[in-house]
Amino acid sequence: MGQSATVVAQERSSREIFGTPIFGPAAAQKGYGLNKMCFSFNEAANRAEFVHDEAAYCARFGLSDEQIQAILKRDLLKLLDCGGNAYYLAKFAGILGLNMQDIGALQTGVTVEQFKAKLLAARDS
Amino acid sequence: MARIVGGLATSHVPAIGGAMAKGLQKDPYWAPFFDGFPATHRWLDSVKPDAAVVIYNDHGLNFFLDKMPTFAVGAAPDYRNSDEGWGIPVLAPFKGDTRLSWHIIETLVDAEFDPVSCQEMLVDHAFSIPMELFFRDRAHGIPSVPVVVNTVQHPLPSLARCFKLGQAIGRAIESYPEDIKVVVIGTGGLSHQLEGERAGFINKDFDKACMDAMTGDIGKITRINPHDLVELAGSQGVEVMNWVAMRGALTGDVHELHRNYHLPISNTASGIMLLENRPRLAHAA
Repeated sequence: MGQSATVVAQERSSREIFGTPIFGPAAAQKGYGLNKMCFSFNEAANRAEFVHDEAAYCARFGLSDEQIQAILKRDLLKLLDCGGNAYYLAKFAGILGLNMQDIGALQTGVTVEQFKAKLLAARDS
Repeated sequence: MARIVGGLATSHVPAIGGAMAKGLQKDPYWAPFFDGFPATHRWLDSVKPDAAVVIYNDHGLNFFLDKMPTFAVGAAPDYRNSDEGWGIPVLAPFKGDTRLSWHIIETLVDAEFDPVSCQEMLVDHAFSIPMELFFRDRAHGIPSVPVVVNTVQHPLPSLARCFKLGQAIGRAIESYPEDIKVVVIGTGGLSHQLEGERAGFINKDFDKACMDAMTGDIGKITRINPHDLVELAGSQGVEVMNWVAMRGALTGDVHELHRNYHLPISNTASGIMLLENRPRLAHAA
């Protein structure tokens, strides 16, 4: 019984939810440096240093080339794919001056106005 | 002995802090949310709690992935807010209650919960904003105990586990030898998702079921496993774990006195609830 419960648990956690990355052990390891860099953005001096030379700042946290490119291109879906965690990436978004509707629009491939309309539409769902 | 007077819940979106700093409480975008608070203020003014236990999740201010506790309890004389990196104002420090904190920690460990104890802890918007929303000018004076639940990194504790954590906190408060009134607060939710191609996901039906379950059949919510919770509530909607823990701490007869539901604020369906915890009538002999 213990064994079948384990199998069920694995099946549950591997079942994909559309457009919804699960930040678990795999992402936590893959994205460790990336998230650590974003965590450093809690301090204004670090944010300034990042802005001064983004690639050099990324390298200091041991980001992979793929992660650095995704940072430079502001490719949020790629950053998630590279192990980025939403709460930490939000600090990166803060540096870019993007709010959550801007971020939502970027990730879902619509305009900010369309994204806001989608949020409003949930009232009538 | 200490008495649990009730439970409060509210969403804790960072943008609320920005709106408060700009005085936008009556702005048409924000008013439907802020108008949900006067009822809680009237209740707090009449009940006058002496301390608050606040169950919330840290968003990468105090905790990083190097050491990520599933449950942590503050045991500091005061708690500082700090720059969270997304441009909301830093609020004044909050007052702790180390004696109540350690009593809760000791009772939790006795109950086979093993939280991390924190004699220094920064508190982020998920603690600071609800404190200001509910307590206003008392926010920085009322003694508080922050309790942090991991909603950041899977595996997340199950809702059933969070409910039991709340029950253990409730027993801890009720066995506290001082004659004080305590309010328990859960923050976060309701449904929202910030990341991925499903960003902007909101689930009104789930939110209603969650609010109804606070005074109805809580099992309808606590039976949901963490993966299904992500699907139903959105990646960050899992923060209802904090609401469920708060509800667990209400050991008496629980009555809903007030609720407010509005969407969206930022990308979130916002919920506010006030639950009264009435002493259970003694069983007939």
